[in-house]
Amino acid sequence: MKIYAVCGAGIGTSVLLKSNADRVLASLGIEADVQAVSVSDAMSAESLAQIVLITPELQEQITGIRSEVIPIDNIFNLEELTLKLSAALS
Amino acid sequence: MLAQAFGPNSISHHLTSTDWEGAISAAVSLLELDQRVSSNYLSRVLEANQKHGPYFVVAPGIAIAHASPGEDVLETGMALLRLENPVVSGSANDPVSLLFAFCAVDSTSHIALLSQFAEVMSNAGNVNSLLIESNLTIVRNLLTT
Repeated sequence: MKIYAVCGAGIGTSVLLKSNADRVLASLGIEADVQAVSVSDAMSAESLAQIVLITPELQEQITGIRSEVIPIDNIFNLEELTLKLSAALS
Repeated sequence: MLAQAFGPNSISHHLTSTDWEGAISAAVSLLELDQRVSSNYLSRVLEANQKHGPYFVVAPGIAIAHASPGEDVLETGMALLRLENPVVSGSANDPVSLLFAFCAVDSTSHIALLSQFAEVMSNAGNVNSLLIESNLTIVRNLLTT
């Protein structure tokens, strides 16, 4: 399964989001390929991710893709990530 | 790794009140002071802020101003500006009182660094200490040890 962690530049926020998503998925025992990408990469990628994790400000820029888009309010809150990821994957 | 990312001038207070863009400028200037970026980097960070809105604000009270790698990035680095007068950015996580600035020379070499940073910042105790601690030596120790 592929998951995109998205930010404007694809190098800062998205990497932090990926890092914590990796931690949460490992503790949930779920194998996934989490990639940190920019908004434009997420929109233009040939193979769709099942889930897109994104900060709320950028959510409206992700349109017209079939991935489930999950806004993350606090990227340092592992509980929020755990709840939202396990709900999406259950 | 985080210890190297924060240069000698990179952790500071902002005592006077300012607006969101003024705060971003002050935080990015810390990276410039430590020769991590040239002056053009700030204009790219402000451009990203204008283009995407306040998405730098990633957690309650915490923002990480940054732009993509470019010729104006001399060395990967981080800085932290404590805003003694918290600033409103337009994000649901306002007001911002811890404003980090970040720059990377390429899109891969900083991943381990940010992973370490995420680990520090995902500890609620660390974040609470950073929010209330005004002694910059203690702040540096919290972030880098």
